[in-house]
Amino acid sequence: MGTEMTGADIVVQALTDLGVEVVFGYPGGAVLPIYDALFKQNRIRHILVRHEQAAVHAAEGYARSSGKVGVVLVTSGPGATNAVTGITDALMDSIPLVVLTGQVPTHLIGTDAFQECDTVGITRHCSKHNYLVQETARLGPVLHEAFYIARSGRPGPVVIDIPKDVQIMKARYTKPGVISHKTYKPQVKGDLAAIEAAVDMLAAAERPILYTGGGVINSGPVASQLLRELAKATGAPVTSTLMGLGSVPDDHPQFLGMLGMHGSYEANMAMNKCDLMLCLGARFDDRVTGRLDAFSPTSRKIHVDIDRSSFNKTVRVDLAIQGDVGSVMEDMLKVWRARGHRAADQKAWWEQIKGWRSRNSFGFEQKGEALLPQKAIQRLYEMTKAKKPIISTEVGQHQMWAAQHFGFHEPNKWLTSGGLGTMGYGLPAAIGAQLAYPGALVIDIAGEASIQMNIQELGTATQYRLPVKIFIINNEYMGMVRQWQELNHGGRYSESYSDSLPDFVKLAEAYGWKGITIEGPDDLDAGIQAMIDHPGPVMVDCRVAKLANCFPMIPSGASHTDMILSAADERGEADDDAKALV
Amino acid sequence: MKHLPSERHTLSILVDNEAGVLARIVGLFSARGYNIESLTVADVSDDHEVSRITVVTNGPPPVIDQIMAQLDRLVPVHKVVDLTDWGPHVEREMALVKVAGIGDKRVEALRLADIFRARPVDTSTASFVFEVSGSSEKVNQFIALMREVGLVEVARTGVVAIARGAEAV
Ligand SMILES: Cc1ncc(C[n+]2csc(CCOP(=O)(O)OP(=O)(O)O)c2C)c(N)n1
Ligand SMILES: [Mg+2]
Repeated sequence: MGTEMTGADIVVQALTDLGVEVVFGYPGGAVLPIYDALFKQNRIRHILVRHEQAAVHAAEGYARSSGKVGVVLVTSGPGATNAVTGITDALMDSIPLVVLTGQVPTHLIGTDAFQECDTVGITRHCSKHNYLVQETARLGPVLHEAFYIARSGRPGPVVIDIPKDVQIMKARYTKPGVISHKTYKPQVKGDLAAIEAAVDMLAAAERPILYTGGGVINSGPVASQLLRELAKATGAPVTSTLMGLGSVPDDHPQFLGMLGMHGSYEANMAMNKCDLMLCLGARFDDRVTGRLDAFSPTSRKIHVDIDRSSFNKTVRVDLAIQGDVGSVMEDMLKVWRARGHRAADQKAWWEQIKGWRSRNSFGFEQKGEALLPQKAIQRLYEMTKAKKPIISTEVGQHQMWAAQHFGFHEPNKWLTSGGLGTMGYGLPAAIGAQLAYPGALVIDIAGEASIQMNIQELGTATQYRLPVKIFIINNEYMGMVRQWQELNHGGRYSESYSDSLPDFVKLAEAYGWKGITIEGPDDLDAGIQAMIDHPGPVMVDCRVAKLANCFPMIPSGASHTDMILSAADERGEADDDAKALV
Repeated sequence: MKHLPSERHTLSILVDNEAGVLARIVGLFSARGYNIESLTVADVSDDHEVSRITVVTNGPPPVIDQIMAQLDRLVPVHKVVDLTDWGPHVEREMALVKVAGIGDKRVEALRLADIFRARPVDTSTASFVFEVSGSSEKVNQFIALMREVGLVEVARTGVVAIARGAEAV
């Protein structure tokens, strides 16, 4: 019946049994026993970050790129509260994490003890589930259950709060067999009758569209393969959310590009005019739908999602299928083939799409001397694509330009904070991905403002010799904020200028990184090449046009058909209703 | 969807009887802006493992569906049933109603209590505490009448509900 060991040893043993190879963390008083247990073993590698928020984003980057559960270990109080942003980020983007937090000993809980905070209270609504473990004997079962909950169903972060005495006390630990939970039983298989109905609707559609999201990535690489097969079988155009990029190759003839606020004209128009929308692992986010009452008015809608609460949340659908999107697509393909369906004649539909495509909505025009940010990202893509890089981003214009101009061909290569939009995500996420894939080219496409939010992680990359690259699209503005001020607030640039920027090259060098400046179009290729060629970590300060805006754009409060395609369509001041929208 | 007419629904939620479950449920309602008209909770199993929470909420049908789905995905939730949609069910509430007065008012209070089958559970020379149970409407009515004869304060349990017939939900 298992061996008796301390709670801290149980934690390390359970993590080992769960196949954990890397833990991202930061020590402190309430987790010292676990750190001591880590010290005595060499199966799990601990990565010491410089801030707990970064530990969580690094675990997210690790999880998103590898499909494994990311693991975080932080201390009580400030360690736990620092982790909250990352935990919320993981919840919004459905990233599987297990976050271990230290807690003051059980007899001090509730006394405002040193570094006490109500971690389970604080994280209750920003985690998929959480636990306060009050008995050492519960540690093993809770850890195994937490991993199961984090990775199954709609993935998400699970927090385990472990008081210090629970880490020190002894109990028996046995590795459990197959984990099941008495109440939590995610539905993987979709209802067959509903799948058959969906297939018939799809076969009969004249203007179908596949609207795909992060669920396809979460379901695993097979789902991306199945999506490509489904696209082939049905002949339908495919568009993807920000979170779903890579599931269908960027250059696939049926791919219309990303949809939504900064998505392509053809994707948004096709969403508006389709007669059948098949939503696969996406959730009708407000960044995707634009004005709800004008969203795709003429279509019948089918929604496939593993999370029942995603159905009819903001958009009413005609048919909801609960299940893992990969499993449902597999069944759809089987039914499609069994019934001998062929793609309906979509000639007129594709003609229409061709017309929208010809607007070349991601196009940009070189005016003046300054390097255009779009151009910089385009060249970065062209010069690195053979290496199949993993790209992370911060949040802002550069993020949207990266989504538009960097082509993704495979799942798990694109790490971005979509739901929460967390500045400071990109560098730690890149570090996490680099740990999962030590040989890969991992680039954080950053903004000069965002990168400063977790800049301390330069030290982490140095310490573990991670050859992460940071490519800063430096426009000297919080560009996305400035753009909204230009479009909605009469160009009053309140507090959106990035003043007193550091000398990024010197900063890089101070941490043992290589620093490169790209001053303008003439240095672009050489700068990118030097970045690629350098075997260690590199920070590139790429100076771009300061006032470029990210287009196309669905302005807040507008519908898919009211896209602004270029600066010429800008409005300058929004009405109060539009201003009230985020 | 929020502009559709609101409906009152009684939800029965079976949950693991563990720390923090109630906070999870209540927090979900407040975080997502759902209404709680009343909420009751108690352990209902022999082994103390399962509690039943009864929530009376209101909202347009799509919002009620969302509430159900959101509750259902909480890890410690065994089962959520919308009794209003389920069909025939019984809803009951209990209140303790304190009334103070002397003379005619006292006599009138007792007479009204009798009509409502409210039982005095505490008596002093100048006051009663009545126990009244029934539908929320009946309890409301009783309290309204007691206002006329010296209502002092009220404590209510909130609604508990269960499906009619032989089967468990
Ligand atoms: C933590 C956090 N704070 C504030 C914001 C709001 N915000 C969104 S984009 C942005 C500006 C980002 O500037 P920069 O990193 O330079 O990117 P750019 O838009 O210029 O490409 C801000 C402040 C946010 N997304 N995250
Ligand atoms: Mg900027």
